[in-house]
Amino acid sequence: MDSTNDVRGAADLAIEAKGLVKEFGNNRAVDGVDLVVPKGTVYGFLGPNGAGKTTTVRMLATLLRPDEGSAKILGHDLVNEAEKVRGKVSLTGQFASVDEDLTGLENLILIGRLLGYSRRAAMNRANELLEAFSLEDAAKRQVKNYSGGMRRRLDIAASIVVTPELLFLDEPTTGLDPRSRNQVWEIVRALVDGGTTVLLTTQYLDEADQLADRIAVIDHGRLIAEGTSGELKASVGSGTFHVRLLDPEKRQQAEQILAVKLHVPIHLSTDQTALSAQISDTKLVADALGELADANITVTDFSLGQPSLDEVFLTLTGRPADAVDGGAGENPAEKNEAGEK
Amino acid sequence: MMNSANHAKAAQTQLNTNEKIKDVLAVRTRPKRPNGIRTSLTFGWRALLKIKYVPEQLLDVTAFPIMFLLMFTYLFGGAIAGSTSDYLQFLLPGILVMTVVTITMYTGVELNNDITKGIFDRFRSLPIWRPSVLVGMLLVDAVRYTVASIIMITLGLIMGFRPDGGALGVIGAVGLLILFSFSLSWIWTTLGLTLRSEKSLMGVSMLVLFPLTFVSNVYVDPETLPSWLQAFVEVNPISILVTAIRGLMHGTGTIEQVGWVFLASAIITVIFAPLTMYIYRNKK
Repeated sequence: MDSTNDVRGAADLAIEAKGLVKEFGNNRAVDGVDLVVPKGTVYGFLGPNGAGKTTTVRMLATLLRPDEGSAKILGHDLVNEAEKVRGKVSLTGQFASVDEDLTGLENLILIGRLLGYSRRAAMNRANELLEAFSLEDAAKRQVKNYSGGMRRRLDIAASIVVTPELLFLDEPTTGLDPRSRNQVWEIVRALVDGGTTVLLTTQYLDEADQLADRIAVIDHGRLIAEGTSGELKASVGSGTFHVRLLDPEKRQQAEQILAVKLHVPIHLSTDQTALSAQISDTKLVADALGELADANITVTDFSLGQPSLDEVFLTLTGRPADAVDGGAGENPAEKNEAGEK
Repeated sequence: MMNSANHAKAAQTQLNTNEKIKDVLAVRTRPKRPNGIRTSLTFGWRALLKIKYVPEQLLDVTAFPIMFLLMFTYLFGGAIAGSTSDYLQFLLPGILVMTVVTITMYTGVELNNDITKGIFDRFRSLPIWRPSVLVGMLLVDAVRYTVASIIMITLGLIMGFRPDGGALGVIGAVGLLILFSFSLSWIWTTLGLTLRSEKSLMGVSMLVLFPLTFVSNVYVDPETLPSWLQAFVEVNPISILVTAIRGLMHGTGTIEQVGWVFLASAIITVIFAPLTMYIYRNKK
């Protein structure tokens, strides 16, 4: 982190935040977050529900005033020059920030007019955006009749009516089907190619891995890891190897073979036929499978997956990520905030 | 074969999408920042569009006034003033005030509904004069109040209302009423931003509006009231407003009466407009 700071001047930074804190009552939703985001990159903000992602983004987008700490957004002070910051950034919130009663076209014209376009220019811009986001057929339908993916696309379109220098995307793909998710990913890539800096929050390591140049992992309002996705994975291991056997009797033997071949502890799950291991070198897997076959142990099923968010958390914090229900009570303010909308 | 052709087509579409998005992003010019009046009018346009999609929301400015005027004139007229036509001359200005003042509370309800949705975050993150969101809403509400007034006065004229103040007096009275309602709306926007739900807002509004409109000179001459109640009626801003409106409509209004309404409006606005904006800015 320090070396990055030294090489790049402050002029090349989209976000430079120091010690951001936000408290809701007794709950420190964000508890001293430092962020350095270079211009022209995608920065992934990874964490479970209630970790403080949304609160941080809302502070950086000038919607919430930080209780402590300071930040410069594109060279402007977050608090004292909030108006200037608002002129350069755009926010796509977690919950569709478009007017459901209006049509897609009317929504975009509304934003265009508010940003200073003339009636005609706002209309032209709206039509351009609808076409680029494949929404031209739905232009005259009320947004309440849109699918989740269409709504999300309109939402992002509304954020780039005037091309922002920095775009905040708060959980852009949560609740979307895989096809819509891919479309949103395509849009994010196109945005970055176009020179916009993107800060996106997500609950999925996979998504951060696909899109982000650097990733920060947040938990209970604190950053617990930061780096490129490669660095993160290296610290976590490159993935989990799962094996399922035909014969549970052979599990012990299989465990010994795998332990020798993979050089890592083997985890025996409650399922009597299953074994798993966090591995750092995927090349060893083929060898290990061959060894099992040689020992006449029939493998019915195996998989090698990227570490999940849960596994990242397990490694970084020694406990699983707070799941949607599991985390109840851990961080009530942010949960309520999310739930109310 | 078929499958791979489809894949190629899908890939092509994706490529096109990407190119098109890059094209729309290539426009890096930023239009000149619009002034507060223009952004307020734009928000007003948004509120008008909403009426287009949900015309039922006009019921409160159409059906309510008709219902109130018919109900109270024919229910109380004979008992209070001896004849319904005499009572109508007295009642119409008052019931007009009551109706319009009651529908001001929907401003707060509308705002409360808006806040619970994500769109408010977008508005708050735009580089615009911040009060324009609210001012735009209030402007359209002024249109609604005018509609309600026109409907009620027209019906009144049909029923036999004869204002001595003439057309000018009536227009002046409606203007004064809208000014006061605009000020009063800031109280509801304050509550709309503070209270948790639409229901609690309705409850609180009724708690305020019921006594204020009923314990006033809308229905009866306060001289028949016990003295302690009279004291309240006299300082009640609704009574002050009704006195001025009645005066203007019947050609007996004084500068002093109108002046009191301006003062009341100014006091309410000076307190609640900044309070609303403060809460709006610092809302989490």
